[in-house]
Amino acid sequence: MAKKLSRGVAVVGVGMSKFGVFPEKTSRDLFVEAFQELRQSVQKGFDPKDIEAFYMGNFSSDHFENQAHLAPIVASWVGISPVESTRIEDACASSGVALRQGVLAIASGNVDVVLVGGLEKMTDLPGAKVTDTLALAADSMFEIPAGFTFPGFYAAMATAYLDKYNADPDALLRVGIKNHENGALNEKAQFNQSIKDVMLGKQRKAEQKGLPIPQWDDEMAFLKDPKANLMIAWPLRLFDCSPVSDGAAAVLLVSEELAEKFTDEPIFVVGSGQASDGALAERASLSDIPAAAKASKRAYEMAGLTPDDIDFAEVHDCFTIAEIMATEDLGFFPRGEGWKAAMQGQTARDGSHPINTSGGLKSKGHPVGASGVGQVVEVWKQMHGLAGERQLRGKLRHALTHNVGGTGQTCVVHIFEKRN
Amino acid sequence: MTNQALHAKAFNQAIAEDQLIGSHCLVCGNISIPQRQICSNCHSDQVERIQMDGKGTLAAFTVIYVPPTSMAEAGYNAKNPYCVGIVALGEGPRISAQIIGLDLSDPETIKIGLPLKQTFVVRGEGEFAKKFLAFEPA
Repeated sequence: MAKKLSRGVAVVGVGMSKFGVFPEKTSRDLFVEAFQELRQSVQKGFDPKDIEAFYMGNFSSDHFENQAHLAPIVASWVGISPVESTRIEDACASSGVALRQGVLAIASGNVDVVLVGGLEKMTDLPGAKVTDTLALAADSMFEIPAGFTFPGFYAAMATAYLDKYNADPDALLRVGIKNHENGALNEKAQFNQSIKDVMLGKQRKAEQKGLPIPQWDDEMAFLKDPKANLMIAWPLRLFDCSPVSDGAAAVLLVSEELAEKFTDEPIFVVGSGQASDGALAERASLSDIPAAAKASKRAYEMAGLTPDDIDFAEVHDCFTIAEIMATEDLGFFPRGEGWKAAMQGQTARDGSHPINTSGGLKSKGHPVGASGVGQVVEVWKQMHGLAGERQLRGKLRHALTHNVGGTGQTCVVHIFEKRN
Repeated sequence: MTNQALHAKAFNQAIAEDQLIGSHCLVCGNISIPQRQICSNCHSDQVERIQMDGKGTLAAFTVIYVPPTSMAEAGYNAKNPYCVGIVALGEGPRISAQIIGLDLSDPETIKIGLPLKQTFVVRGEGEFAKKFLAFEPA
């Protein structure tokens, strides 16, 4: 059994920059934006001087911005030096792991107020260099020499999944359509456009240029057109892949007994679990992510909850197949049923298990080191009725976040509870 | 002292000599590829280097149209894609490698379970030429 936290931990405020492509901004500028929004979100206000520790997720400022040792620099830019500041690197799970370290630091009793952040500035490098940098999250001795790219790894998992369960590959496209519909309602999303809007936009553009107007019956036909939706790594096409993004996100954690000094409506971290695994080829299974199931089991045990208790979840949909596997790894659907749930709309906002109401990594954007904390921002917004047009109906008591590093070498899961 | 025959670099040194190696735990019998100095099953360091027989089946694959720099330099691109897969070896464990000798014009025709055998490919030219593990239909 997973041990309980030694004392309770609450989230009392969140903030994020818009995710997207920002040539004029560095990662520290984006984090300043997230931090300023976080300050506004704390109901009773807070003094940055109260922050006792800063954990920051970032994958590769070294390669993306030619800058290592980023945590104390970012701390200085938000004016909190000399607070202890630590950068955590676990690929795309960096800030989910930073969140866990912040939770454990408070639970230890050593500190009461912790800033957790995530940031990544990816778009300064040319595309091929971005691909090469992301590939560093895999095993550079034994996986990359085979010719794998990140879309390639998830594509291979997709072939294993589709073959094992004789699944309809259209389910992948359904995930993309659903997440773009959610992202269209999120002003912070990189692509706040539905696939239908993208399709109509392409037709309008052709018309304006006096070119032949491409015709598609519907979004599915658009997504299956190899000219409109380029094949990247079979069977994954461009619209199965999350984008290259810049962005930052931040949350403020405090010990449970201090929470009411900050807000009357905290959300509590009631479950936290993390697990690791070897290279993809070495896994027990290729059609799921074993470390995700292990991390979520620990989080559920700590929380004393089951998958049925979770009202909504933000999962790591770096590729469409990843969302389908996640919904099974997290226990929302039995093995081999996730693709059917995606086809039947069960993961839509009005479905039985709303997944990625923010738009997910696919549509909101995936500044890799920021994604884990970015998920918590959506949990906060939904639980406080601040999600605007994408707001879920009914009382939201429990939510889950699922953040994956690499192909699943690192997985970290958190469960949140709102009590009033 | 660790056994140099099991060091991480030994795998690619063996590839350069047309050999596919793994490790065998003398305590529990577990076989690993790439070779390990500590058994991942029983944590024993009583581990020996073994030669794998290089036969297996296709467990997962993809055809890559947008290559990383290293593969682009080897001549691959959207019009000349390549297949990379995960091969389940006869001894049990799996390994990642390029899969050659397949018709890539319609990836639908590539089937999981396809019998494969080890081979090697050279990428790069002149002093940059390097040998890599690959598999081809058996």
